[in-house]
Amino acid sequence: MDFQVVILAGGFSSNLQPLVSKEVPKALLPVANRPVLSYALDLLESSNLKDLIVVVEGEDAALKVGGWISSACVDRLHVEVAAVAENVGTAGALRAIAHHLNAKDILIVSGDIVSDVSPGAVAATHRRHDASVTAMLCAEPVSGPSESGVAGGKDKTKKPACYDIIGLDSSKQFLLHIATEAEIKKDTRVKKSILCAAGKMEIRSDLMDSHIYAFKRSVLQKVLDQKPTFRSLKQDVLPYLVRTQLRSEVFPEEKTVEDNGKNNMQSNEVVLSQILSNASLPSFHQVYESGLNSRKTHKCCVYIADESKYCVRLNSIQAFMDVNRDVIGDANHLSGYSFSSHHNIVHPSAELGSKTTVGPHCMLGEGSQVGDKCSVKRSVIGRHCRIGSNVKVVNSVVMDHATIGDGCSIQGSVICSNAQLQERVALRDCQVEAGYVVYAGGEHKGETFARK
Amino acid sequence: MDARRGPLAVPKVRRVGFFTSIEPSPDSPRPNRSLSGPAEAITTSSSPLSDSPSGQFISPVQIPPLRHRSDNLAAASRAAAPVPVPVPGPSAFRRQLASDRALHVGSYNPVDSLLGTSPPSSNGEVSEDSGSLFGFQRSDSAKLSASFPNGGFDMTMRVRAPQESEAKVVIASTSDGRKKNVEPSGTSEPVAATKPRKEKEQKSLKEKTSKAERRAIQEAQRAAKAAAKGEGSKRAGESSRAKPSKTAKQTQPKKDVPQVTSSLSEKRTVSVEKERRMDVPQAQMQYDDKSRVDKAKRRSVVEQTESKNKVELFLHLPQYERGNQLPNLSSNIFTLDTIHHAVYKVGLQHLAGDLSGDNSRCIAMLHAFQEAINDYTTPPMKDLTMDLTGKINGYVSFLIECRPLSMSMGNAIRFLKNQIRKLPVDLSEPEAKASLCSEIGRFIDEKIILADKVIVQHAVTKIRDGEVLLTYGFSCVVEMILLYAHEIGRKFRVVVVDSRPNLEGQKLLRRLVARGLDCTYTHINAVSYIMGEVTRVFLGASSIFSNGTLYSKVGTACVAMVANAFSVPVIVCCEAYKFHERVLLDSICSNELGDPDAIANVPLRTNTKHAKTMDNNKNLQFLNLMYDSTPAEYISMIVTDYGMIPPTSIPVIVREYRREDLLL
Repeated sequence: MDFQVVILAGGFSSNLQPLVSKEVPKALLPVANRPVLSYALDLLESSNLKDLIVVVEGEDAALKVGGWISSACVDRLHVEVAAVAENVGTAGALRAIAHHLNAKDILIVSGDIVSDVSPGAVAATHRRHDASVTAMLCAEPVSGPSESGVAGGKDKTKKPACYDIIGLDSSKQFLLHIATEAEIKKDTRVKKSILCAAGKMEIRSDLMDSHIYAFKRSVLQKVLDQKPTFRSLKQDVLPYLVRTQLRSEVFPEEKTVEDNGKNNMQSNEVVLSQILSNASLPSFHQVYESGLNSRKTHKCCVYIADESKYCVRLNSIQAFMDVNRDVIGDANHLSGYSFSSHHNIVHPSAELGSKTTVGPHCMLGEGSQVGDKCSVKRSVIGRHCRIGSNVKVVNSVVMDHATIGDGCSIQGSVICSNAQLQERVALRDCQVEAGYVVYAGGEHKGETFARK
Repeated sequence: MDARRGPLAVPKVRRVGFFTSIEPSPDSPRPNRSLSGPAEAITTSSSPLSDSPSGQFISPVQIPPLRHRSDNLAAASRAAAPVPVPVPGPSAFRRQLASDRALHVGSYNPVDSLLGTSPPSSNGEVSEDSGSLFGFQRSDSAKLSASFPNGGFDMTMRVRAPQESEAKVVIASTSDGRKKNVEPSGTSEPVAATKPRKEKEQKSLKEKTSKAERRAIQEAQRAAKAAAKGEGSKRAGESSRAKPSKTAKQTQPKKDVPQVTSSLSEKRTVSVEKERRMDVPQAQMQYDDKSRVDKAKRRSVVEQTESKNKVELFLHLPQYERGNQLPNLSSNIFTLDTIHHAVYKVGLQHLAGDLSGDNSRCIAMLHAFQEAINDYTTPPMKDLTMDLTGKINGYVSFLIECRPLSMSMGNAIRFLKNQIRKLPVDLSEPEAKASLCSEIGRFIDEKIILADKVIVQHAVTKIRDGEVLLTYGFSCVVEMILLYAHEIGRKFRVVVVDSRPNLEGQKLLRRLVARGLDCTYTHINAVSYIMGEVTRVFLGASSIFSNGTLYSKVGTACVAMVANAFSVPVIVCCEAYKFHERVLLDSICSNELGDPDAIANVPLRTNTKHAKTMDNNKNLQFLNLMYDSTPAEYISMIVTDYGMIPPTSIPVIVREYRREDLLL
């Protein structure tokens, strides 16, 4: 279908600081014991998209990601891993690989997305409207710890959720305005010309930009060339395209060149375009274009995912917790595992001590050992973890090879791989960096354990 | 001797009803033939024929393909068909062929009948062929002679009237008589004289032989043929043996017809039949036929669930639940590898309702095909003509799944397939693609755009100062007429009549008002009121059928009838490419069902609870018809690209002017 797929897998994101490390770039963070990137790859594979370009920030991360991809899915997919310099932003990353792009349209997927919304739907919308850019919007996910509703930590959950402000036309097909969370601290400006042309604008704050975009390649490359300062697709390129949709600069001279052609042909084209424009109810672009015929317009479309679909980006620690919870909980069809009758997954090679309970929505990786009288609820425990007896793990993620001593209590925390918790440690809403050792008897709340 | 098969074969190929529409299909045996016969013979002999003006009107079926195969005649027949035949004055013959397009019906006959007797070696096959030939000719001649200006009609009568056993003689004599009419020169006289005599000889021979003798002769011929032709005929024999059941199935409607046992004509019928089926772009599938629907569903690309509450009278039309089709198709975008993305886009737009209007739908489809052909490469070991036709068929069925095709699209598809079929074999792939693309472009330019311009020029002469024109719905050619008339300074007023649920008239109204026309807008329920002040009605068309029936957006018939009751002239503007050979009597058997929700939901009145109860009610069915048919008597005039004609003249246009698209 003449689409090229680019996955922006990021590098060592600073948002996820204690979780990511030199060994684990963002794309390889485990979600239900699978790297998060694998969810994006599965999603694309299910749409029969097998030629992918994965863009990773930084050489080291690229090596890691490339290594994982070649080991995991080299037989199924044809993936190219491209490394770009760090901190160039999403737009910069695309600029760096622009010479690889040759298809008519480019589908850009964020590597940290966990979703079951078909990217084909975005592509189809894009094609249908012949749009310059199509963005996929989805309902803002439910954030914060689930029903157990313990009063959360200091700032993570209390932080007011900053949503995007999105303006749609009355048919909910075109994007009229987009303001990202960063810039709407105080006020936002709406372009009058767009408002006048569209007549009506619906402003919504319950939608999230899910970072699946379809771009027309020519438009994308033009914007990237023209605006070297643009760093981010979401914050720079997309708002720019939306802003300028009625005075487009991305199609400078496409048709006006053949002015000296035969007069007959010219009028034929006029009639043809007239017939074609009669085809449908004109979108406001066409109306505007016909009003001031010197102006060029381009279309910015949206595809609004169904509310029943699941779509979350793993871009914060909170999101990491949420995604892990959902993938083994509500959205368990994404995980690709088959759940037992108790709604949990316990690998056959995992060893459970006596009187240990593993509740629903839990996952125990292969080779993990859990001692006596433990209780695991709504948590993901990685491979080859060793958990002593009398340990409580609730709403937490324990990554591979972690060691947890006897009598620990862990709630809403992330224990990274190879970390060690000595006896009687009580953690609530904490993150423990990979390889960190938390000494015995400590009681911590909302702390981040990382070597400086 | 073997001529008795002629009359037997006659009814076999006679077609009933709509089959005349598929005139180009006789083309089809040619490619099939070329497989069994030596390819070079076909290429060399067929291309000069199609180049010469005489060849253009000889439908390839009439050229016995066996002649190419039989060695002794293949070389000789290269220049022109009648040359090798020892006919007195063949040159006069050829001149006639070239000069008179319809004459070949008659004038071609003697050649065949003579051929049947001339070379004794290939006697059996040729005469057998000529038998089936006559069959084709008969149906053909009826058509052609009807179009023939002088004395054509009674000629058909004469052809039809006699008994089948005498058909040949009569054809010969009529052609003979015609020739006298047209060209009373001495050269053709001897031909006419010799021919009937030979016919009679054959006939008497036939009468003399008993049944057993005939059977023996037939067997001998078959054996001789098998020996002579070797592989090619073996295949034919096999196919004839393998196919009888299939043939029987295909020719079900004419079961009473005596089965012709000869392998060749059987094979031909099968292939013709097959081609015919391929050729009809919109196989009129009856959607109340369970098994066929299931079969089609298994093949289908678009996942469709049939809507439940359908109106019983319209069960035969396809109707699916809207709503889940689009998301299904959209999420499948990357899995549909067989559909070219341009075609996919058009299908998507059809499904989503972004595209409406016959002209724009047709143009969008043709542009998509153009793009698809540009991106097409012939797979190795395959023939471009065959493979590309298959591809196009796939695209077409995809488009049908998205939305039933309009008549104009069907015509355009038929045009395209004919273009593909008549591509010269020796053309390289890039050349073939380029020529196809330019042909499509030419079709759009000539048949749609130029046609619209011509229609505007014609129709404007009918608009005088001070008139009140009424138009219904939205037709782009009507819009062009109104705008042009305004441009050249006519003073008139426009009444735009509209109807729910699409309210297309508003689009027209907006444009007209923007250009400064004086407009009145009303809905169709007020048409009888407003008609009193109207002086002329302009209507657009989706299609016009051979009997002059106008097939257009639902409501058109109502407007036309009201206008008729008020003695207001009704002028229909329609491009000639939308004409269809079929005959339509009512709007039931051929129609399209729209989204039933569209009429159930009234905008601005969102009583969801109310709608819910309506949805679940088993006793309530919604019928959203898209088209209706207006009988010809309510139409005063049709403005088309060939001028202004009465509705009774549609068949003439279809026959005379569209022939070149279809046959060549």
